[in-house]
This record gives sequence, C-alpha cells and structure tokens, in this order.
Amino acid sequence: MSAQTANLGVPPAPAAAAESEPPRRRRRNHLPYLLLAPTLLWLVVFFVVPIFTSVSASVQEGSLDQGYALTWRWANFADGWNQYNGQFGRSLLFAFLCTVFCLLMGYPLAYFIAFKGGRWKTLLMALVIVPSFTSFLIRTIAWKTILSDNGVIVHALSSLHILGFTSAIGFTVGNHVLASPAAVVCGMVYNFLPFTVLPLYTSLEKIDPRLHEAGADLYCSPLATWRRVTLPLSMPGVVGGTLLTFIPAVGDYVNAQLLGNPNTIVIGQSIEHEFLQDSTGYPIASALSVILMAATLAIVLVYVKKAGTEDLL
Amino acid sequence: MVSRAAVPGESPGADGDLRLERVTKRFGSFTAVDDISLSIPQGSFFALLGASGCGKTTTLRMVSGLEDPTQGRIYLGQREVTDLKPYKRPVNTVFQNYALFPHLDIFENVAFGLRRRGVKDVRGQVEQMLELVELGHLARRKPAQLSGGQQQRVAVARALINQPQVLLLDEPLGALDLKLRRQMQIELKRIQTEVGLTFVHVTHDQEEAMTMADTIAVMNAGRIEQLGSPAQLYENPASTFVANFLGQSNLISGEVTGKDGDVITLDAQGRRLTLPVARARVEAGRIIAGVRPEKVSLALDESAIPAGHNVLTGGVVSDASFIGVSTQYLVKMPWGPEVGCEEMSVFEQNTGREIHRPGTPVLLHWHPAQTFGLDGSQDLDAGADLDDEAAA
Repeated sequence: MSAQTANLGVPPAPAAAAESEPPRRRRRNHLPYLLLAPTLLWLVVFFVVPIFTSVSASVQEGSLDQGYALTWRWANFADGWNQYNGQFGRSLLFAFLCTVFCLLMGYPLAYFIAFKGGRWKTLLMALVIVPSFTSFLIRTIAWKTILSDNGVIVHALSSLHILGFTSAIGFTVGNHVLASPAAVVCGMVYNFLPFTVLPLYTSLEKIDPRLHEAGADLYCSPLATWRRVTLPLSMPGVVGGTLLTFIPAVGDYVNAQLLGNPNTIVIGQSIEHEFLQDSTGYPIASALSVILMAATLAIVLVYVKKAGTEDLL
Repeated sequence: MVSRAAVPGESPGADGDLRLERVTKRFGSFTAVDDISLSIPQGSFFALLGASGCGKTTTLRMVSGLEDPTQGRIYLGQREVTDLKPYKRPVNTVFQNYALFPHLDIFENVAFGLRRRGVKDVRGQVEQMLELVELGHLARRKPAQLSGGQQQRVAVARALINQPQVLLLDEPLGALDLKLRRQMQIELKRIQTEVGLTFVHVTHDQEEAMTMADTIAVMNAGRIEQLGSPAQLYENPASTFVANFLGQSNLISGEVTGKDGDVITLDAQGRRLTLPVARARVEAGRIIAGVRPEKVSLALDESAIPAGHNVLTGGVVSDASFIGVSTQYLVKMPWGPEVGCEEMSVFEQNTGREIHRPGTPVLLHWHPAQTFGLDGSQDLDAGADLDDEAAA
C-alpha cells in the first residue's frame, strides 16, 4: 500500500500502513519528491516570496531615505489608480490589439504549417522560432529602422495615402509611423507572434486531416468544415496561444518605450517610473503591480470560462 | 453468367446507377488507377477487392470527390459528377478510421450531415437511425467513449442518414477484431438489404468481400483483374492472380495436347489431365490447370480412385492440420516451381475419413469438371503472397 501510493507521488500514510507491510516493501520511492524539489524551491524563492513582498509593499508608507513601514495604507491603490488609469487602459488596449492581430496572423500560419507543411513542418516551425535567438531588445530596436521616416514602410504607406487615415484615427502621428501607437502594436505583434503560433500549431497538428475529408463528405464547404470541425478542435490552441500572448503583452513596456512616444506610455513604464525615479513611489509601484496582476487574472479567468469550457474536449 | 448485382424489382439501367468511364488517376509518375470502366447497378452491394496499393481506395475517393480523376468521367445515373465538389455529391463515405468528430457527441455526429443541409426533423431521423444501428442509448456519449465496433456503427449511421445515392465503405471493418468483424459483416449486409441503397465496399479481405457483396471487382495494379459474383470468381478465376488471391488454388502448368469435344487434354510433365472446354481460358499451347483445395481428395493407391479422375502421383504429405470441420493437408509434389505449386493444398471434409500423417505417400485426385484452365503465359505465383497479407 505505502509503496504504491509513494509511486503515484501521493504522500504515503505513515504509521498504520507501514506496520502492516513486510519490511522489504517499506522502502518509499523518494524520486518524485527529489525531482520536484528544485522547482518547488525555485518557485518559493522567486514567486511566492516576491508576490508576498510586493503585496506587502503595496500597503506600506515611507521613502527611500527614511525607510518603509507597513501601515496598511490602502490609499496607495486609490492613488495609483487615479494617477495611472489611463496607462492601465492603454496597456490593456495594446495587449488586446496585439493578441487579436497575433491570432489573425498566427492562425492561418499555424494552419498552413500543420496541414500543408508536409515534411517541411519542422523546418517551418523552426523558422517561426529562430528570430527569438536574437535578443528581444535588438529586434525591437531594429523596428526603429524598419519604421523610420525614410524606410520602405513609411514610404509605401504615405504614397498609398494610408498614413493620412491612420493619423486621423490616432494610430500614427503625422507623416511618421515611428513613435506612434501603431509602431508599439507592430513591435508587440512581432515579438509575441511565436507565442501565439506555437500552441496553435500544437493543437492544429493533432487534428486528423481525415476529419476535413469527413466534413467535405458531409456537405461542408472548406470554410464550413473549418467553422464546424477545425475551429472547435483547435480551441485549446486558441485559448493557450492568446493567453501566452495577452498576459506578457499587458505587462510589456519595452515596445512602448522604444517604439512609442510620450502619449503611448503603458502601465509598465509608469511602474518603472514610480519605482526608480520617485523616492516615495515604491508603495505606489507595488500597488500598481498588484492591480495589474489582479486585473489580468480576472480577465483571464473570465476568458477561459467563456471560451474554454464549452467546446473543449 | 448474369451478374447478380442486378436487384430484382429495380428497373434495368435505373437512374441511380454509378458509372465510371475510363477513369485514370496518376500521382506524379505513379498510375494508381489505370483506365477503369465500371457500372454498378442501383441497390447492389459491390466490393472492390485487392491488396494494398492496388488502387481500390483511390477509385473510391474519386467517386466521393475527395480525389479528382486525371482522366475519365464519373456518372451517377444520368448526371455527371466528375467535377462536382465532394460536399455537393449525393454520396457519403464510411471512413477507414471512422473519422468521427471527436468534439461532438454521437447524436451530433449522426445529425451533422442533416444539419448542414438544413433538413427538418433532425431529432426524429437521428433517433431512428441510432435505433437502426442499435446505439440509441449512447446518443450523448463522445466517440472516444465508445468501443471500436460501436464507433464503426456510428460512422455507418452518420453516412447512411443522409440517404446518399451511393454509400462508400473504405475498409470499414479493418480495425475490428475477427469476431466483431464477422458480426459487423452480417449487420452491414442486413442494413443494406433494409435500406436498399447502393453500397460500394473497399476491402483487402477476400472472405469479407465474398460474404457481403453481390458483385466483386478484383483489382490489381490499378486495373480490374476480374469482375463477377463471388461464386463466379471463385469457381472460374480469369487469371492466376485471382486464383491465388481469392481463396487458394493448386496450379500446374502444362501443354494442351488435344481437344475432344468439350474436353481439353493437357500434359504436365508426363501427367495427363483433362478439363472442360467451358472452364478453359485457352484451348491450345501453354495452359495452367487449376483446382481448389477442397475439390481434391487423397488416396493411398490407384484402386481407390474413381475412373476418369485427374490423378497426380508422387506426392508426400508434408503437413496435416486438423481444424475440426476439415483436415488441411500440404502435399509435397515431385517437381520444381517451374511446373506448378511445389506443395499442393488439400482440404478433406472431416466425415470420418482417415487422417494421413506427414510422410505418407499419397495420390491426389479430383473430378476433371472441377478443373479450370488459365492462360499459360502468366506467373504462377501472382497474388499468392498478397493473400497472406490479406489474411493477416
């Protein structure tokens, strides 16, 4: 009994069970715990403790010079929210746009690789991931060149008279693409696309292509087959991919910093500002982080509940 | 020699006949289906039989529209469907691996086609269909929760409910174990008789084809070797391929020495054999004489053999397996593979006959009328090794 439960990784019931067992079988299997230990330790030190510190700091008071004291100052949250709700909204909007564009671009790509890739599948997926071998920062800075005023993109957009329209709705600024919301979203989409594609590809690749034939056989046009068969079966990938994109995108501020302007400041930048530049901002920064975490968690939960339960296997 | 495929009561050349006219399918330089012409009468149970890679599944897929023919035309009744998209054809398929939609329950799987066509009274029809395949109680289960046999019946129900002009079955029983397969064969045949639709069944299992089909087309290398009723194919194979692939055959090659009325005499290594002209594919030159194992009897000496029988001497029993209903012998013959089967098969009914032990010298004999004659220029072993694969 005890040997069995230990094998399953469940803590064995000690005294009573051990007594009834012959001594030979009493040796417990410690391997599962041993293998888990480093990860658990890591999570405690770098996840549980920081969360605790961060939440605790969000209700403290004080300054860098005088030190901080836990005074349960809940007003930090109200102060932070009142001062930075615009940045919160922008972060969520950018993350939402980024997720939507990643999904719109990533789904066809993953679909193509999974069903039409044939023996090139692995190579094509590698190509999706290969850019990540270069530093995130360098790739984002490269977008400065790509979107610069004398670059091809700005030239093409302005000669097609698209820039006028995008500037009118506030996506770009005047005759520039760089230092605009559009540039920030472009950079985010570029950086997060692999995170959307990978889970999508994994779930699409698992779908038996013969189900497409069954759909065609049962009066479904290719589009109807996708709608009725492929999409529901790829929902785990859609949910996984959008979460893996949305969650880091909400907190991302590198793209906004490098490709944006003073009007594209996102919550990450505000937190950094409070934390590093304001000697009394430490608690506010923590409160902002906690609000961000809570908001993200709430959105994710609602989303998973809406999208997740119905058609998933 | 009238094909049994024509069902009594159906008008001849009915509007629902499935016709393939000179259909060819090439994949690159490989010709999967080579200039096939077929006519399958409405309401018949038709089997395409052949080893893997013979083009039978490709033929089926061209009928369903999942594959486009390189050349040739396909007609359903008067209507040409060659270029019609699969989702617009009045044809449904039972797929080899069933291809049930894993995210839908059994009810929704079966209702799928009806819903796409916007048919009314989906519930009533689905319930009726699930009753027909005896799965009404499992309507709300997901496919993964069903056994192979149950999934197979769902696949049949999902296709059948659309009342297609032709139901295509692509090795639908391949994944089932032997006992379940036998049961499903009978069940499928029952359903076909009940609904009266045209079934086109692709299989590599010759027993399955013979059990279920009215007409069998034996395919080999993209062509139809022979087409006919199970009995015709078994008793009068047109080629060594059919003789070996469909059941077993004992084949001996020889030279025609004479023709006397409706009897042909041939000489095989000094042994004289006779066969009816009506069962011979050639009447002169090289000929291959064949006889099915259950037609052959064993004798210990000449005196026990009825007059006029074909006799082969010099055999030694090399293996005897008692399988209850019969005893199956392998008899080693005193010749090489250039003459004929080195080991002849003999099935003797277990009617109280003496069982011969391995090592016993025996004579093989059978009534000349049981002999068929094939063109002598063919490979004696064609289709023989494939039969092992089919039986597996």
